Amino acid sequence: MPRIALFISQRLVKAVFVVLAIAVFNFFLVHAAPGDPAAVMAGEAGAADAKFVEQLRQQFGLDRPLYEQLGTYMSKVVQADLGYSYRQQRPVFDLLMDRLPVTLSLTLTAFVLALLGGVALGTLAAMRAGTWSDTAITVVGLTAYATPIFWIGLMLILLFSVNLGWLPAFGTETIGAGYTGWEAFLDKAKHLVLPVTTLGLFYMAVYTRLTRASILEVRDMDFVKTARAKGLPEWRIVSVHILRNAILPVITVAGFQAGHLIGGSILIETVFALPGIGRLAFEAVLQRDYQVLLGIFLLTSVVVVVFNLLTDLIYSLVDPRIEVAP
Amino acid sequence: MTAAAIAPARKGSGFWGAFARNKGAVIGLAFLTLIVLMAAFADVLYPDSPWDMTAMPFQPPLSEDALLGSDTLGRDIAAGIAHGARVSLLIGLTSTAVAVLIGVFLGAVSGFYGGRVDDLVMRFTELFQTIPNFVLAVVLVAIFTPSLTSIVLAIAIVSWPPLARLARGEFMSLRSREFVHAAVTTGQSNMTIIWRQILPNSLSPIIVSASLMVATAILLESSLSFLGLGDPNLMSWGYMVGAARTVIRQAWWMSFFPGIAILLTVLALNLVGEGLNDALNPKLARKGRS
Repeated sequence: MPRIALFISQRLVKAVFVVLAIAVFNFFLVHAAPGDPAAVMAGEAGAADAKFVEQLRQQFGLDRPLYEQLGTYMSKVVQADLGYSYRQQRPVFDLLMDRLPVTLSLTLTAFVLALLGGVALGTLAAMRAGTWSDTAITVVGLTAYATPIFWIGLMLILLFSVNLGWLPAFGTETIGAGYTGWEAFLDKAKHLVLPVTTLGLFYMAVYTRLTRASILEVRDMDFVKTARAKGLPEWRIVSVHILRNAILPVITVAGFQAGHLIGGSILIETVFALPGIGRLAFEAVLQRDYQVLLGIFLLTSVVVVVFNLLTDLIYSLVDPRIEVAP
Repeated sequence: MTAAAIAPARKGSGFWGAFARNKGAVIGLAFLTLIVLMAAFADVLYPDSPWDMTAMPFQPPLSEDALLGSDTLGRDIAAGIAHGARVSLLIGLTSTAVAVLIGVFLGAVSGFYGGRVDDLVMRFTELFQTIPNFVLAVVLVAIFTPSLTSIVLAIAIVSWPPLARLARGEFMSLRSREFVHAAVTTGQSNMTIIWRQILPNSLSPIIVSASLMVATAILLESSLSFLGLGDPNLMSWGYMVGAARTVIRQAWWMSFFPGIAILLTVLALNLVGEGLNDALNPKLARKGRS
């Protein structure tokens, strides 16, 4: 379908521009930071060896005009060179790639569960608007929406790990247990339960609210009345006629929120000691390792852009009426 | 804003009537009043600095010299919560104010002038909406070193885009209304029209969004200070939870109570925001409420 292809290619071009703009932004952040950019890059606030800073200054061409530096920086970014972490003694890009799988498995699982749970609960609440189950879902949603996720994480650890001892609180696997195959997978899954629940809960509340509001808009429309008049079973009316129309705004917002989920993973990975991008960000903050921090900023932005592209794709599949933006 | 002020209007249809019809909003307002009072009288309730050691470390709640227990360094949790209320409310309000300034300004210019200006501003807004906002806030505060100013600015910088979109929509729809045409005909300058004619008419949705944004800003602030990016001179709820994180197995109360404080404040603000929505935008009041 050429129309879809055009739509996607337009979005791709836009995505590339967004990533480039963020890279430029990154560049200016280093230069706007108080103090010597070379010292900032060395990851030290005044404590770096003067000779070393001088060497960095030459290496990065900090004595040359700003636009030239920007050019050098951009050409490096395009080649996936995000600088070097002098703290960790490794290229930033390698560090990020090591940590990415944990973060992606955490955020994607949380996202899918939050979306499924939110749509299900929101539908339930809307179809029973005004009853006690609606009120209960709304109240729980409001509370989840107002609770800081790092605190939910700590409280879940307190309940399920410290008091009940059901689930592990830290890390991605039992160290030294030597599990293989199925057992290893189960062990890893068990370690993900609490972090995924914590991260997912907040977004589930958001999607529940949205789905509920959106269904209330749709459920009294004429085509629903027609479906009812035809005598279709209730589950078919809800799943095919109402939900398919009501879910579009939910997808839009869900796409927008990909970035928030990644931000949330900084907190979750800190609480649950998961070796992902978020934990790396926390360590980088503690160590003032700005090269790593800016690399994380760029990478997470790229992840969000890719995610938005996917949402656009899903959107155009769910809603065939979608038009190519002028 | 006491109960007495609300009660006579309950049957009325004015602002308070519409607000009071939303029970959640009234409860939220009551809680919010308590929290504001706690923040205002923190120095009277707990005259000592919340950083001072006032009890033995690791005292559980309901002990003699610490109602809600003491932390790892013997600081009173209750004192920290009272003083932390100030920081949370201060940062929540100021960062929202700054975000409203940025957002409404850009949205107004974009919606009023349209055309290329609109294109440019909206691209800029979209860019900021794409950037993972908490990551950006962390980067900004870390690079510009944590302080009250850097935290407020970072939260404002990541929060303004929805307001810009909202203001743009309002300005675009009001731009073509007759009273604006009339103002143009009478030769009023663009600035006067934006400031005197359109802005007052688009305030309601902006106020509602801003009130909900205060809640988000408080959550953001607590997350930043949880990560150790709070102002090092100010006691804040997020910092208390973050500092107690590692001793959660021995001392649940150190992280439990500050978290409850955040939860109640944010919940109260959200409820009040919804009440304001019902009162200020009666046409948009959500359907399906029993």
